[in-house]
Amino acid sequence: MKNPEPGMTLIVKTITRLTVGLILLYGIYIVLHGHLTPGGGFAGGVIIALSFIHLMLAFGKETALKKLSEARASLIESLGAIMFLSIGVLGIAGGYFLFNFFVDKGRPFHLFSAGTIPFCNIAISLKVGAGLFIIFAALIIFRSLGSEE
Amino acid sequence: MELNLLLLFMIFSAIVAVQIEDLLSSVIAVGAVGLGLSLAFLVLKAPDLAITQLVVEILCLIILIRATIKKDLPFSTSGRWVFNTMSTVVFVVMFLLFAFFALRELPRFGAPIMRVAQEYIATGLQKTGAANLVSSVILDFRAYDTLGEATVLFTAVIGVLAVIRKVGRINNEKS
Repeated sequence: MKNPEPGMTLIVKTITRLTVGLILLYGIYIVLHGHLTPGGGFAGGVIIALSFIHLMLAFGKETALKKLSEARASLIESLGAIMFLSIGVLGIAGGYFLFNFFVDKGRPFHLFSAGTIPFCNIAISLKVGAGLFIIFAALIIFRSLGSEE
Repeated sequence: MELNLLLLFMIFSAIVAVQIEDLLSSVIAVGAVGLGLSLAFLVLKAPDLAITQLVVEILCLIILIRATIKKDLPFSTSGRWVFNTMSTVVFVVMFLLFAFFALRELPRFGAPIMRVAQEYIATGLQKTGAANLVSSVILDFRAYDTLGEATVLFTAVIGVLAVIRKVGRINNEKS
C-alpha cells in the first residue's frame, strides 16, 4: 500500500520545517568555529548530515534527494577529499606536506586565525557530511528497491 | 640495518603474494607483509602504531582467510610441523624482542604527560594560532592521521555504494 503523501505526520513535518534550518546552521557554526571552540570538521559534518537525514525521515526520500541528490553529495564528498589533499600539497611550498603555510596566523581567539586549520575543518566537514548522507541514502534506496520485488 | 632487512622481507613477501598461484598462500604472504610492517614500526620506536598494525593485520587475516577458503580446514598435525612451529616461535621471539627495545623508551607508567604532548601544550598556540588545542593537534601536528581517517571514510563510502547499488550507473541511465 502506497501512502499518497510520503513521510510522517503533519506535526512532525511542521516541527521539521522549523528546526531543520537551525540544525544545518548549527552544524556550519560548529565547523567554522572548530579552531576556537570544541567541535570541528567531524562533529560539524555529522550535524550537517543529520539535518538532511532529518529532512529525509520527515518528508520522505524524494524531498531530501531533491535538495541534495546522491550524485551531488558524491561530488561534494570527493571535493572535500580533494580540498584536504590540496591543502596538504600546497603546504609543500612552505616546507613539507600539510605544512601550515600561512605566515601570519592572525590573532588567536578570533574567527580568522590559525592558518589552514579552518580550511581543513571545512574540507573534512564536506567529506564527513556528504559521506554519511550518501551511506544513509544508499541504505534507504536499497531497502525501497528490495521491498518492490 | 634491521629496518633494511625488514623492508627486504616485506618486498619479498609482497612479490610472493602477487606471484603465487594458491589464494590462501597469497593471503598468508600479505599477512607476512603486515607483520613486517608492525616490526618496522617497533624498530622506529612507535609502539602504538605497531600495536594497531598488529591488531588490524590479525583481523584482516582472519577475514581474508574466511573469505578465501570454502570449508574449514582440518587441523593439520602431519607434515612440516617442525618447520612451522620453529618459524612461528622465531617470529614471536623477534616481535617480543623488538617490543622490549621499543617499549623501554616510553616514560614510566603514571608519568603525567608524555614528552611529545608536553611540547604540543607548550607551543601549540604560538605555532598554529588555534585556540582549540585539539583542533591544532588533529589538523596541524597530526594532520597525517586525519588524512588517513578521511581516506578510511572515503573508502567506506565507496565500498557501501559498490556493494549496495543494485545496477550500474550506465545501465540505470539507459533503462
